[in-house]
Amino acid sequence: MGLTKDSVGGGAREGDTLLKRRARDKLVALAGNPNVGKSTVFNALTGLNQHTGNWPGKTVASASGYAQTPKHSLLLADVPGAYSLLAHSAEEEVARNFICFGGADAVIVVCDATRLERNLNLVLQTLEVTRRVVVCVNLLDEAAKKHIEVDIPQLSQLLGVPVVGVTAREPQTLTPLLDALDEVLDAAYQPGETAQAAYPPALEEVARRLSYVLPGILNLDEGAPQIDAYWLALRLLENDAGLIADLARALGQDIAANAGLQLALKWSRECLQAAGLSGRALSDAIVNALVRRAEQIAAKTVHCRGEAVERDVRLDKLFCGRFSAYPFMLLGLAGVFWLTIIGANYPSEMLSTLFGRGQEVLSDLLFGHVPIWLHDMLVLGVYRTVAWVVSVMLPPMAIFFPLFTLLEDVGYLPRVAYNLDKPFRLCKACGKQALTMCMGFGCNAAGVIGCRIIDSPRERLLAILTNSLVPCNGRFPTLISLLTLFCVGAAGGAAAGFSAALLLTGLIILSVAATFLVTRLLSDTVLAGEPSSFALELPSYRRPQILSVLVRSVLDRTLFVLGRAVLAAAPAGLLIWLLANIPVAGGSLLTHLAAFLDPFAAVFGLDGVILLAFILGLPANEIVVPIMLMCYLAEGTLVDAASLADIKALLLANGWTFTTACCTLIFMLFHWPCATTLLTIHKETASLKWTALAAAIPTALGLALCFIVAALSRLIA
Amino acid sequence: MSAELSLDMSIAGAAPAAAYNLAGLRPGESARVGALLVEGALRRRLLDLGLVRGTVVKCVGKSPAGDPSAYLIRGAVIALRAGDSAQILLDDERGEAQWA
Repeated sequence: MGLTKDSVGGGAREGDTLLKRRARDKLVALAGNPNVGKSTVFNALTGLNQHTGNWPGKTVASASGYAQTPKHSLLLADVPGAYSLLAHSAEEEVARNFICFGGADAVIVVCDATRLERNLNLVLQTLEVTRRVVVCVNLLDEAAKKHIEVDIPQLSQLLGVPVVGVTAREPQTLTPLLDALDEVLDAAYQPGETAQAAYPPALEEVARRLSYVLPGILNLDEGAPQIDAYWLALRLLENDAGLIADLARALGQDIAANAGLQLALKWSRECLQAAGLSGRALSDAIVNALVRRAEQIAAKTVHCRGEAVERDVRLDKLFCGRFSAYPFMLLGLAGVFWLTIIGANYPSEMLSTLFGRGQEVLSDLLFGHVPIWLHDMLVLGVYRTVAWVVSVMLPPMAIFFPLFTLLEDVGYLPRVAYNLDKPFRLCKACGKQALTMCMGFGCNAAGVIGCRIIDSPRERLLAILTNSLVPCNGRFPTLISLLTLFCVGAAGGAAAGFSAALLLTGLIILSVAATFLVTRLLSDTVLAGEPSSFALELPSYRRPQILSVLVRSVLDRTLFVLGRAVLAAAPAGLLIWLLANIPVAGGSLLTHLAAFLDPFAAVFGLDGVILLAFILGLPANEIVVPIMLMCYLAEGTLVDAASLADIKALLLANGWTFTTACCTLIFMLFHWPCATTLLTIHKETASLKWTALAAAIPTALGLALCFIVAALSRLIA
Repeated sequence: MSAELSLDMSIAGAAPAAAYNLAGLRPGESARVGALLVEGALRRRLLDLGLVRGTVVKCVGKSPAGDPSAYLIRGAVIALRAGDSAQILLDDERGEAQWA
């Protein structure tokens, strides 16, 4: 049915996220404007826990899952949010191509009951493509709070297809949706009369005539994708280059070379020109007709008492106010870090103790059954590295991710983009880069994928190249422990946690400043250009679903990131153990390599071991510190991570000074992205050049800053 | 209906210097959209968001740096930069276009 990368993904290479379609499955597309709770509907229907966030454009990759109605089994495809099938962002193209050429048996269009009129534009456009549509009016609970009532039966009457009203966060309200799906998937389904958009009569006439001849000219009857001829005629007349290229790919024919079609189009366009409908006037008239029809339908079906956005405007006075916005952002940032640092302390220690016991058990099991070198390799190499990564990473992640998701869920993150748009614009970039930057705090690879929400290719590239300048979750634990060790003192407790959080916030501000600086530098050099336009929807503030945020962020993000880190740590632990334990000329390979790097590293205030640890830590930033410690301990195994004081003693014994700590902190902040991020950048940019640049920029910046710090400290000393 | 639809929204040349445009709208004020001078992808986006001629738009706030501003457009709050919103002309209070 053409669910290939080409037909589904267009330029964005999306198709690989679709599950295998079983023979009995009906393919159902889940479409909707950004931020209408589409993903919540998807989760409720499939049970597959996919992440949803309360900011426009969150679903960047099509997710898919199986669902079951009383009569049918479904393969449900969650397509990216789109305002229109006519528009032009990379995400919207993916959505449009899936809805128009993806061969879906039915389409669910999810709408936001509080912003229904705007949503109806997409509904009307989808109805032009296919009549097997179920309109799902979501967020009825939010609408009720804002005194908005939607007349569902009347809406269904006007649209001619089933309309159901749901509150997706209460899954039991979705039963009518399943019944409606059965109705439209039935072979005998007869849609009612739809109040389609009324285009200018001349356009309707020309499009209708063209639609009569199109099936013959394009052999549409034999083509696999079922495409509505009238809709196709409109699109061809509109002459949208991007859509026509995707259409040609979907049909598997060269449209430009089709002489019959070109002749028919030429004639049609002449008719339209005579009626004053060409170029921009034509596309304006089309959108205008859709918006007017949506307005009429909304006028008949949506009843609103009072000002719907009053509460949002009040809250925006605080979160986006002239004097309160930036302090609040900083306070929020520091607060999140403080909670993370304080909260992570105890579970980290507990986990560490637990893994210590686990190691004893594992040792007992293996001892005597396997050769001693194998025991050492597995227990002291692999197990200890993995145990370190888990006990250091899991607690901060399990706290940070839910907090971050909570901010997403209440709708605060788009406000960050709104507040930071001007600084980004001064760097000739887009405010949405603030969102991808925030995602980078979680995971740089996720941040890079998130850059798809930025429309302009130049600005998207800027955001991709600068994403690794903000520290991800894999780097936070190292930053925090180094800060605690060398900058705060051993006092411990809430006060130390507070100063650590403050210092960390300082580091974050440094990394954000670097993001601005590098963005501006790139804009003035290799990625020269002016800032493009910007239209960002600020969603309503919503009550967060705390429990589901917890479950979702722990399951989707924490375990996913942790799993990836463990996958990288296990083989790395093995490799490092081997390097540390294979004797070569009076030392290990590891010590030789470190000694080799030492003179170079010294210039930058580091030592050979630190630099080697960063190099070997390419698979995952989390393992940099374990490698360092392993190198310092001549025995070639990892120390117990439990006691920070022991670690400090060890580092000091190996010649660490305050300067070393500072340079290590800086280099942790700015060095090459991890292997996963690099692979993601390569996938997103499809270019080795940009990938190399994405690695070179932070590395050069980090080395330069370290050099300055080291030189200054030599000068003072 | 059809007469309204066939209204050509394009305007030849630039706006008059003192044009009453969306960027001049202060928080709390609302007005009717006259013509869009925006081109390209943003034009399409704005139209798709429902910003067609005659739509009532309300300015609901400014970002802390003074730009962009937030506008209530058909029930949704959309942030636009001053550079872009200056190209969205408004009809004057009498509800008529300032220029033909």
